[in-house]
Amino acid sequence: MSDPVAVLAIPEASLHHEELGFWRTYLFSTEHKTIGKQYLSLGLFMTIVGGFLAYVMRWQLAYPDTEVPGWGFVGPEFYNVLVTMHGTIMVFFVAMPILLGAFGNFLIPLMIGARDMAFPRLNMLSFWTLFVGTLVLLASFFVPGGAASAGWTGYPPLSAKAIYTGVNWGLNLWILAHAIEFASFLMGGVNFLTTAITMRAPGMTFFRLPLVVWQLLTAATLFLLSVGPLIAGAVMLLMDRIAGTSFFLPEGGGEPLLWQHLFWFFGHPEVYVILLPAVGFVCEVLPVFCRKPLFGYRWIIYSTITAGILSFVVWAHHMFLSGMDPRLAMPFSITTILISVPFAILVFAMIATLWGGSIRFTTPMLFALGFVSMFIVGGLTGIFNGSAPADIYITDTYFVVGHFHYTLFSAVVFGGFAGIYFWFPKMFGRMMNETLGKVHFWLTLIFFNATFFPMHILGLGGMMRRIANPMQYQFLQPLQPINVFITFSAILLLVAQIPFAVNFVWGLVAGTPAERNPWEANTLEWAAPSPPPHLNWGEAIPTVHRGPYEYSSPEGPEDWLPQDRLVVARSS
Amino acid sequence: MMSWLPENVSTYGGDIDSIIRLIYYITSAWFFLTLGVFLLFLILYRRREGRRATYIRGDRLAEAAWILIPALIVLVLDLWIDFRGADAWAKVKGRVPPGDLRVQVTAKQFNWEILYPGPDGKFGTADDLQLENEMHVPVNKVVRVTLKSKDVIHSFFLPNLRLKQDAVPGREIEGWFQATKPGRYEMPCAELCGFGHSGMNGWLHVHPADEYQKWVKEHWPTS
Ligand SMILES: [Cu+2]
Ligand SMILES: [Cu+2]
Repeated sequence: MSDPVAVLAIPEASLHHEELGFWRTYLFSTEHKTIGKQYLSLGLFMTIVGGFLAYVMRWQLAYPDTEVPGWGFVGPEFYNVLVTMHGTIMVFFVAMPILLGAFGNFLIPLMIGARDMAFPRLNMLSFWTLFVGTLVLLASFFVPGGAASAGWTGYPPLSAKAIYTGVNWGLNLWILAHAIEFASFLMGGVNFLTTAITMRAPGMTFFRLPLVVWQLLTAATLFLLSVGPLIAGAVMLLMDRIAGTSFFLPEGGGEPLLWQHLFWFFGHPEVYVILLPAVGFVCEVLPVFCRKPLFGYRWIIYSTITAGILSFVVWAHHMFLSGMDPRLAMPFSITTILISVPFAILVFAMIATLWGGSIRFTTPMLFALGFVSMFIVGGLTGIFNGSAPADIYITDTYFVVGHFHYTLFSAVVFGGFAGIYFWFPKMFGRMMNETLGKVHFWLTLIFFNATFFPMHILGLGGMMRRIANPMQYQFLQPLQPINVFITFSAILLLVAQIPFAVNFVWGLVAGTPAERNPWEANTLEWAAPSPPPHLNWGEAIPTVHRGPYEYSSPEGPEDWLPQDRLVVARSS
Repeated sequence: MMSWLPENVSTYGGDIDSIIRLIYYITSAWFFLTLGVFLLFLILYRRREGRRATYIRGDRLAEAAWILIPALIVLVLDLWIDFRGADAWAKVKGRVPPGDLRVQVTAKQFNWEILYPGPDGKFGTADDLQLENEMHVPVNKVVRVTLKSKDVIHSFFLPNLRLKQDAVPGREIEGWFQATKPGRYEMPCAELCGFGHSGMNGWLHVHPADEYQKWVKEHWPTS
């Protein structure tokens, strides 16, 4: 294996610190760390919006057509808005900005030993583009007719004609907000890939990259390759709405199922765009707190790539009952089931990492372990959905809702918090409080399960998704106590985030100043000061001598061996 | 868990339930196995003073076998579930039997229009009978359903018969069922179809043979 790696030369001039004004430093910054924090702030803010929508939705389900405390009357029209906007916000304006935007920007240059992103101005543009997209989405609540209400999947014809939902501009803005969001993450993804491919520090070969970088790159690649068809679909949908075309309207010769193909061709890879970064955070956190190399580094890389490739040939598992040819069900059922193999390898590798470790139960570690256990549940319940005959009964029920919250929401909650607690000292130069963090973890774990596990029971009982009032159905009335239970669990799950909010703000202003490497971790970001200065590395870029997970290696007396430390008597 | 399923009253419902049950047993076993190992490791390998973690990288095939072989078992079990399920899928969704009775179901915001061909057995003639949200069928007879939609996508759901099928405008989708027990069963819509989606519901009345004949005599136009 040859070590030399192309390093883009940084112009000398930029090394000299120039005084930037307030605007250039905090707002229109081109600095990857600042931009990462901006993504984080935007994502956390939108979490509050999306979480509030979930609360209103849950109250309506527990006590249909009563006044929701703190909101008011909901009714079926607005319930559909809640369903739609909660999904859209959580997937596109919370999960992606936090997991991909915030951590991708903050971590990639630091972990590969670069001074910034390859295209810093493009990076700034991608954040502010997302900001505009967020404003457009939020504005859609206030236009006449209200916000989009055709589901986050926006199936036409419902979404293609204003008369079907009664929503005109709200849905147009919803499509526009998506288009802007896609543009933003396309620019971001190009930046991630270019940076990681061309700007790695000397000695940082591909097989010495931390796994989270691999996973962020795979996520960015999946997004780049899958979003094109959906952009085409979004343009067609907008044309159907405002220009009178009939791409998806059968009365004009169009085909409603075309949208579903385009949407899910993007939609399934999108699941991994969210999931893989979270898997990456866990891959970073586990070895640090096991003091042990991550088990099967290369196997994890191969599994990640395999899962990424397979994610392009499974989309029709969302469409078993859509009216597509039933003979397609078995092939897509088989590809879906094949994709469980790389994910099984990932989970088993995480568990095998624990074997023989010296495990420290810090807050980030607890969240990482929480992710592993919740992901096991989400993966297993997915087998029910992936089996075409079982799906006849299961699909469009709360079983599906339970399943994707165990996978996606656990990626955001457990993966995301593992990442925030782990890298907070590096991001902000201060420590968060461990006790508050542990309280946050246990409350979140308990109420997460109390909220989402009973949804599988509702689904088996036959409760459909997206209904505003279960009491309208006789066969669902006996299940109503479960709905009430879920609602109160969900409220407590939201309340359980208060310790985090306190901890975060308290940590920012008054946390103990963090050392350079508080967790005694190996990867390069810990070689920079906390927080890293402008351009990250002072005069010299670190040189990389080994892989990222050399913990408890026989090479040294300590149980950690940073990637950039030179050991004189080093075998091969 | 499986006792939460509503009572099954169709000939193929049992096939679907047995697949769900098979998956339930396999996944439960895996759940307890993996979570058990996971928790065991957490307890066994918690930090203890003076004990250094074992240095294993798991890259060599001999080591990686510890994760690859379980993954292979997952694959085998998954394929087993898939092939066991293929017959059930083919039975419900594959070749649709001709049927003893034909009914057309047209979804629209926010009702099911149920159309009977009438005494002449043909749709689109003067003796057709149309009902709203109400379907009457004889027990133990194969009912062939043609699903249509007038506006948006709906999903025809009969929880007790384990039947679900999207109704797509511009298409005629064929389905079938054979009810095994007389009674009244709910017939909700399972796909978001607009503000009236919640509450879009109908009733399937399954009659014993003689009662069904009486219903036909009373309601169908005489030719
Ligand atoms: Cu999928
Ligand atoms: Cu509906």
